[in-house]
Amino acid sequence: MFNEEIIKPENLVYKKTSVMTDAVMHYCPGCPHGTIHRIIAEVIDEMGIQESSIGIAPVGCSVLAYNYFDVDFVEAAHGRAPALASAIQRLHPDMHTFTYQGDGDLAAIGTAETIHACNRGENIIIFFVNNAIYGMTGGQMAPTTLLGMKTATTPYGRRVDLNGYPLQITELVAQLPGTYYVTRQSASTPADVRKAKAAVRKAFENQANKKGTSFVEFVSTCNSGWKMTPVQANEWMKEHMFEKYVPGDIKVDGQLVR
Amino acid sequence: MAKELKLMKGNEAIAEAAIRSGCDGYFGYPITPQSEVMEHLMAEMPWEKTGMVVLQAESEMASINMVYGGAATGKKVMTSSSSPGMSLMQEGLTYLAGAELPCLVVNVVRGGPGLGTIQPSQADYNQATKGGGHGDYQMYVLAPATVQEMYDFVFDAWDIAFKYRTPVMILSDGAIGQAMEKLYVGDYVPRWTKEEIAAKAPWAAYGKPKSRGHNIITSLELDSVKQEIFNHKLQAKYREMEKNDTRYEEIMCEDADYVIVAYGSSARISHKALQLAREKGIKVGLLRPITLFPFPSEPIKQLAQRVKGILTVEMSAGQMVKDVQLASEFKCPVKYFGRYGGIIPTPQEVLEALENDLIKG
Amino acid sequence: MAIKGAIVVDIERCKGCGVCASVCPKQVIALSANVNGKGYNYAEQVKDECIGCASCGMVCPDGVITVYKAKL
Repeated sequence: MFNEEIIKPENLVYKKTSVMTDAVMHYCPGCPHGTIHRIIAEVIDEMGIQESSIGIAPVGCSVLAYNYFDVDFVEAAHGRAPALASAIQRLHPDMHTFTYQGDGDLAAIGTAETIHACNRGENIIIFFVNNAIYGMTGGQMAPTTLLGMKTATTPYGRRVDLNGYPLQITELVAQLPGTYYVTRQSASTPADVRKAKAAVRKAFENQANKKGTSFVEFVSTCNSGWKMTPVQANEWMKEHMFEKYVPGDIKVDGQLVR
Repeated sequence: MAKELKLMKGNEAIAEAAIRSGCDGYFGYPITPQSEVMEHLMAEMPWEKTGMVVLQAESEMASINMVYGGAATGKKVMTSSSSPGMSLMQEGLTYLAGAELPCLVVNVVRGGPGLGTIQPSQADYNQATKGGGHGDYQMYVLAPATVQEMYDFVFDAWDIAFKYRTPVMILSDGAIGQAMEKLYVGDYVPRWTKEEIAAKAPWAAYGKPKSRGHNIITSLELDSVKQEIFNHKLQAKYREMEKNDTRYEEIMCEDADYVIVAYGSSARISHKALQLAREKGIKVGLLRPITLFPFPSEPIKQLAQRVKGILTVEMSAGQMVKDVQLASEFKCPVKYFGRYGGIIPTPQEVLEALENDLIKG
Repeated sequence: MAIKGAIVVDIERCKGCGVCASVCPKQVIALSANVNGKGYNYAEQVKDECIGCASCGMVCPDGVITVYKAKL
């Protein structure tokens, strides 16, 4: 071990937040879900809102997210997380209700729940992890799968005539008057993690100020589904995903900025 | 409790009872013949009176999942719908049962299958009493026969729902939902405070205080050994319901030669048929199941040992009759009479079926 | 004034994805030739040029890296 002499509490600059549990995550090596979980947990920790947070887990790879956050959690049926969150936040208006959903959950089976929760301006936070694939079921096409992208159900690449277009649901919900903050982030580099964390914090602050729906997309990778190493997948994401899913704020303080 | 006399539709009685019973939230989607439930709630604006939340959702799927969300946090939450909408809610109901969440679901049944008719029916008996969604589960099912019972059963539903951590269904029909009758309403029961929720629903995900670990509401168990153990627990709970909370009413069964088994609207019609039969000197009794699950199998078994025959009267193509036959242990003939697809039988038809199919047949 | 950093990897929880090594500005992290109990080649600090920037900790999906920094 190097520089062992400085390893003491007063020199600590980074450690896993206690809002994350010590459960070993079931995610594949290099999967960004863990990083995104931690970004959210760090904000909850720093804002001191652990006791007033209620998370909603989806169906998909992050179905077990409830094991990793040390906050009260509810596991929803596939796609229905925004419906749960709408009710919970209305019944507990001073709490911080957030959903954590993947692309299939949020933008395919749960499209109606997503759009209507956003359109009602529910005072909830929707965290949307877009890796353009169904990871949990073995790498099938997602609504956000890029054209030409190979998946288990588009073995020769996604084709418009067979499969239609990739869905930019984040741009779509930004059009709705109920959304107050809509942003697209990612979490593969330290700089992106810092930016994403600021976005997550803004979302929780908006909620505390009862501003309506905050929608935070994380463009993400699925190295298993994409059949790449984690580092290759991060590069591929920057090269291909960012072209269609351009990072940055889309709507801030209720105003479209793009 | 102070009583106040009102004239109300059955659907309105459900809504009025919700407000007065300390319900925290109603989530629904309009469908005939039960839309008055949400209409009455919206007109009464209970958020001003009791703080109750009322929300018109984008679909029945959203409604039942809003109920799931609210129930997960220990709140008294409910929805109502009618048959096609109830089919859409089956996913949510099996999740509610699987996560052991208390809630109230009202089904004001109409004729099916498919879009069917908007007239009264009892053809959702099997769906209501055999689970309805996937997996081994049951709901506690109450069958009101009057507008007063529509009101009273909402109060009973909360007790049962939280006692067993189970979804409770009020299985009504379009006739009782739409019928206007007098009813007595009582005082407002206050909604639970956060402290009361913590005490009465310590399992709920209402926000983790420092004093405990995080509460997780889920129906997922990837380990089949644990899933089977959980299913044993559910089954044990259903046996407890059968033992402690089966409800039924017996009318003139003591001296009866023949007994009609009927619930809800059919029971009211059958009661009239009973009177017509008695006028003709035929000793008929009526057993009215008030809970359809748990089913009053034991009293039916007792009756079957001493009467000459049993007739079930249903607004379905013969769904409950199978449960009655099983309960009777075939100690006496069990026949069925019903009208369905939105048609309500007349007392005269019931009397004829009694005479021709059961007594002569 | 020199800045010195050090990382501590929770070896048994590390899945050896290598994302930490790919973002380290001083290339002080590499995957070990040894494996942990789950069979992963875990991450380890291999040089003493660490500046305690915590980049590795921030991107580690499994939160297994703790970072220390001291001005000497």
